Amino acid sequence: MNELFSGFLEAGRLIISLDGDLAEITLRSLHVTLTAVAIASAIGLPAGGWLAVTRFRWRRHVIAVVNALMGLPPVVVGLIVYILFSRAGPFGVLGLLFTPTAMIVAQIIIVTPLVISISHQAIRELWAEYHDLLISMNASKRQRIATLIYDGRRALLTASLAGFGRAIGEVGAIMIVGGNIDHATRVLTTAIALETSKGNFSLALGLGFILIGLAVAVNVAIHNLLRTERASLW
Amino acid sequence: MKLRAATILVAGLLSGAAASAESLRIAVTTSFHNSGLSDILLPEIQEDLDIEVQLLVVGTGQALRLGRSGDADAILVHSRKAEEDFIADGYATHRREIMYNDFVLIGAASDPAGVARASTASEALTLIAGSKSVFVSRGDDSGTHKAELSIWSEAGLNPAGFGDWYRAVGAGMGAALNTASGMDAYILADRASWINFGNKGGLAVLFEGDPKLFNQYAFLPVNPARHPHVKADLAIRLEEWLAGASCARLVDGYRLNGEALFTHNARN
Repeated sequence: MNELFSGFLEAGRLIISLDGDLAEITLRSLHVTLTAVAIASAIGLPAGGWLAVTRFRWRRHVIAVVNALMGLPPVVVGLIVYILFSRAGPFGVLGLLFTPTAMIVAQIIIVTPLVISISHQAIRELWAEYHDLLISMNASKRQRIATLIYDGRRALLTASLAGFGRAIGEVGAIMIVGGNIDHATRVLTTAIALETSKGNFSLALGLGFILIGLAVAVNVAIHNLLRTERASLW
Repeated sequence: MKLRAATILVAGLLSGAAASAESLRIAVTTSFHNSGLSDILLPEIQEDLDIEVQLLVVGTGQALRLGRSGDADAILVHSRKAEEDFIADGYATHRREIMYNDFVLIGAASDPAGVARASTASEALTLIAGSKSVFVSRGDDSGTHKAELSIWSEAGLNPAGFGDWYRAVGAGMGAALNTASGMDAYILADRASWINFGNKGGLAVLFEGDPKLFNQYAFLPVNPARHPHVKADLAIRLEEWLAGASCARLVDGYRLNGEALFTHNARN
């Protein structure tokens, strides 16, 4: 119990003293995760929309597989990306292993199925509502998907935020592909794992509270922005 | 929201693009890094050689893998047999002994197996096996794990046949020490990790000083004939620096809680 308390104190001390290393790993956490979520959303939202409005033979199976991939084990994704980017692997010449880029790639793979699945659920309901209207207007498939994504943007934001939530706290994959190199690929979660392994529980907890605070802050910020949007547009 | 995300992204990208000096990637063992010695050496290397050393902190087994696949430019490990195999397979041209520290046998201060009275390391482990006291093994193919296994075999015992008092956790030194601390178990650890460890609980050093617990670190630059992209010339410069006088002074002078941890023994 005492350690929880000293963890809080440590978090406060780190924030108040504007610790340089802390700022660096926090920014890197945000950089990696936001980039990954942005790319995963760019792939996942249209893919979810396409799955909702298109009928094809294996559709149900594809949806089942995407839903299952939401539970993709990060440590396995990390290992696969590691093998692909290793010098001995097919993309080894790029020299990307142990760089933030490799971490972003791993997180895109982890987050994209989640974004596809949640956005598909959201757009499917909207599609039931808009179906007759969009068909009668003779909208092309591309126009249908674009309309559904735009009008469903609030629900779709939930898909991206869920992806953010999964990625920001993820440690298994980025530890393997990033290597937790100080001043190069260390992020909040890998720093927490490192401090735990050193037995520095109060510092590890302090970083943990900062990570939780960061996740809450990003979500609150986006929800606040959303409310102003609703006042003027909805 | 897009604008905000973009601002944060740019800030993140800028902070990531700050490094300028040439960087060299070295796979090192957890025990070396946990000792805190790397925090002393890296800034000096940056200053003297203008090389930014990026440490990949892993077990010896994984460090050797990283060297074999060419994902590290050099490795600093402590497992002589594995190093010699590494050289025999052509992944390095030579190994350079740099320094040593030692392993210590740690356990609950009450010492249920009585290892403090043992005269050799293998006798101490035999006592633990005889009393079936809980023993935490790294179990991760690391240098420390290999050292532990060689002492078991010297004692004529095979861990494969042990009961559930022998817990192979498959984790790094720190995580294994956390486990031992939680279970008041015996564990073999390198002295540096132990002194630096923050969660000692009821554990204490019970046995030390046997020459069998000697732990030699060696530096192996990855062979550029195998992996043309490795920064071989930088690795050689670093090797010379590590074997040199200024490194010797830093290593021998390094104290943690008043205890000397490492002895520099590189030959020039």
